[in-house]
Amino acid sequence: MTPLRRLLEEESWEPVELRTEEIFINMGPQHPSTHGVLRLVLRARGEVVTEVVPYIGYLHRCAEKIGENVAAQQWIPYTDRMDYLAAMNMNLGWALTVEKLLGLEVPERGRHLRVILVELDRIASHLVAVGTYALDLGSFTPFMYCFREREKILNLFEWASGARLTYSFIAIGGARADLPSGWVEACHQFLDELGPALAEIHDLLTTNAIFVHRTAGVGVLAPSTAIAYGCTGPVLRGSGVAWDLRRVGEPIYSRMYQDYEFQIAAPDATGRYPDAAKLPSPPKKAVVGDCWHRYFVRMYEMEQSAKIVRQALDKYTASSGPVGQPIKHTHKLPRGEAYLETECPKGQMGFFVVGNDSPIPHRVRARSSSFCNLSVLSELCRGALIADIPAILGSLDIVLGEVDR
Amino acid sequence: MVLVNCAVLLVFVITVAAFLIWAERKVAARIQDRLGPTRVGGRFGWLQSVADAIKVLTKEDIIPTQADPILFRTAPYLAFVAAFSWYIALPFSRNLVPARLEVAALFLLAVGSLEIYAILLGGYASGSKWSLIGGMREAVQVISYEIPLALCLAVPVILSGTMDLVAIGEHQRGGIWSWFMFRNPFSFLAFWVYVTAATASLNRAPFDLPEAESELVSGYMTEYSGFRWGAFMLSEYIAMFAISLLGAIVFLGAWYGPIPLTQPFGFGSDSANGFDDLLGALTVGMKAMLGVIVMIWVRWSLPRLRIDHVMTVCLKYCMPLAAAAFVGTLLWQTVFS
Amino acid sequence: MEIAAIFARLREKFGEGIIGLQTENVDPWIEVSPQILPEACKFLKDEPDLAFEMLNCITAVDYLPETGGRTDVQKGRIELIYHLTSLRFVRRLVLKTVIPRWQDNETGRLPQVPTVSHIWPTANWHEREIFDLMGVYFIGHPDLRRILCPEDWIGHPLRKDYQMPLEYHGIPLR
Repeated sequence: MTPLRRLLEEESWEPVELRTEEIFINMGPQHPSTHGVLRLVLRARGEVVTEVVPYIGYLHRCAEKIGENVAAQQWIPYTDRMDYLAAMNMNLGWALTVEKLLGLEVPERGRHLRVILVELDRIASHLVAVGTYALDLGSFTPFMYCFREREKILNLFEWASGARLTYSFIAIGGARADLPSGWVEACHQFLDELGPALAEIHDLLTTNAIFVHRTAGVGVLAPSTAIAYGCTGPVLRGSGVAWDLRRVGEPIYSRMYQDYEFQIAAPDATGRYPDAAKLPSPPKKAVVGDCWHRYFVRMYEMEQSAKIVRQALDKYTASSGPVGQPIKHTHKLPRGEAYLETECPKGQMGFFVVGNDSPIPHRVRARSSSFCNLSVLSELCRGALIADIPAILGSLDIVLGEVDR
Repeated sequence: MVLVNCAVLLVFVITVAAFLIWAERKVAARIQDRLGPTRVGGRFGWLQSVADAIKVLTKEDIIPTQADPILFRTAPYLAFVAAFSWYIALPFSRNLVPARLEVAALFLLAVGSLEIYAILLGGYASGSKWSLIGGMREAVQVISYEIPLALCLAVPVILSGTMDLVAIGEHQRGGIWSWFMFRNPFSFLAFWVYVTAATASLNRAPFDLPEAESELVSGYMTEYSGFRWGAFMLSEYIAMFAISLLGAIVFLGAWYGPIPLTQPFGFGSDSANGFDDLLGALTVGMKAMLGVIVMIWVRWSLPRLRIDHVMTVCLKYCMPLAAAAFVGTLLWQTVFS
Repeated sequence: MEIAAIFARLREKFGEGIIGLQTENVDPWIEVSPQILPEACKFLKDEPDLAFEMLNCITAVDYLPETGGRTDVQKGRIELIYHLTSLRFVRRLVLKTVIPRWQDNETGRLPQVPTVSHIWPTANWHEREIFDLMGVYFIGHPDLRRILCPEDWIGHPLRKDYQMPLEYHGIPLR
């Protein structure tokens, strides 16, 4: 930028040829819509972005290294801090992985308890995803409505676990405690209130003309690209691949859901969703795999999760017995390796553990869904407008705690 | 005397802006199921704007090293001056008018486009790419929307045959049926195009692209802080009220209420007295306030448009509709009067 | 198709490049020599009856000499573990390849493995992460830079013998 003073001091004014220049724009690490400390370098011609290069690692907290120095049970709080918006799901992923290595079985009541908790947390996480997505598109009010609902889930979790964000509630071998009395009724009440709240968000966003214009047909992710980049969760399902580990996961995980009725939230080739008569139908502009479908998959999944929680509450109340005893810190892990992926709100979160006849694992590894989902960003953003970058990034719904671990 | 008038006007305008900032927070909060400010000033947080002003004034004034210092400093004042200049020609009532101009409508259009320079300068001089893009967007958007805005303003001018706003207001004397908005179908159309174009030229959501906080951090305001940022903020609200006031004057019956209740008692007739003017000012002020509330309501309900959508709305919808309203009104006037 | 059948298919195609099959572990794995790794991966992805379209994760595990193990007790080893999924057949597979901790056992020279990022683009970031944290050099990788640590970081933190530096740009770390 030439200061005015220097321009004025120049004696002769030469005619300059008018031309456009490529500019590099540094988006982040401090930017309102990068959802944390993510840095994107945009190469732009005017408003058109020709290239996006993500830089990550600002939130790297050496979780894997720490995991090699603490007992498996002690690593649970560190998993909380990966996807901190769905800490229950993270706890469950790690707990199941170690249980798989140990060959441990959790009692039936404990399994139903876990289903209640992770599905509620899935709703909470999707509420944040949808709310912040509205924020990315410049609409503030749906964000508040989403957080109002999420607050109720956090209250329920606080009642059960004492924490509002990092619960460490699901432990290896079961859960830290049983649910307090009255909790189930409160949860039922919340689920009754959730339906109208979701309808409100459908009114404000799903069918809103501006929202549809901003998201439909933007950032189209082909199913083959999604699979090749290891995209999972709503990102993969938004591209029309009906792949949900709750149905097709490894037995130790999918067994938890085998008696539950729910639909996999994925559009078919024409963009229709199963059993979606009461929901708004996709707009004409929407293409399977675009931001609108990724958003709608989350909205749809919330309804399905609410359905699962209702069934789980009934099953939980009907069952009796213990919810499982957490293993001791000194419990030795056998020699061997186990890897397990679970369906977390952001995608498939995988944990890997190498046991070494010691309570402390030889190696732990967290395969982060956001990490893989984010890697497809530069593919999606090529040729988009600057305003589309937050729209696409928001529809991938990443959590930097999970990307950087 | 001129100085005193100016000072009174300035105090009035800043008070209105402070009230609007508070109102925006309260209305937004209610829309979002929150309470908004509740503490400052005892109840309803009615002193919140004063607290904000004190905070903003005591903040450090940061000028980035990359910025062009002179232009960077000038831009906020220019924005404020541009917004304030509107009130010079805006009448509040038949006799309550700071400066009665023969060509007030034209003057307002000219002054209204001054704000672009402030935002462009701010964006350019900040030395930040986000600001620069914000400034560019402002230039594209506001210059495009000036045209439908001007065409819409031409409709009441045709209907009344004058550019004098006081005279335009006087033409709408009587009940709601004599308001220019309801004079003919074309002026009704012109009013709605005016609402759209006015929102766009004010950079209010859903047209707030120049400051789009989720894309451009804060657009042209990114590098501003403290008082200079406050000046931009204040001028936004001042301009909001001004453009609502203008809309109320030229389309919504100016200082005449929807039902001519007071006219049988001699109010609003040529026998002017102070009470009459005050009542008129109150009426037009309330209409303008309603317009601002609608703008706030829209802002907190809708997502933001994209730059290409903004241009589509302008070129494909606003411009032809405004032109149709203009030509239609011309024909209507020729045929029916 | 059971893992034994997949192993047989691979053996048939690549012969001695496929080192062995481990079925005693919770997750059975097939061990592959690093030289034929990309070919084996391409085969696993492209064969219509295998169709492992998705690479879920790449993990590197460092074994110091004293921890013992199967391959080289004296010098230690790094194991690279590839978790694959076939969406078409709902099937999972674990591939493993073992490399020395240092190339030619010369401390400081990073061990080398051919990249698979041209087969599954998701490997791009995973291999960068392993290069960053474990110090494995992936031959043919398009953009092998550090990803989580700062670009001027020294050492590879997930190695078992890694010593945390005392300071980084004047920031005390210990």
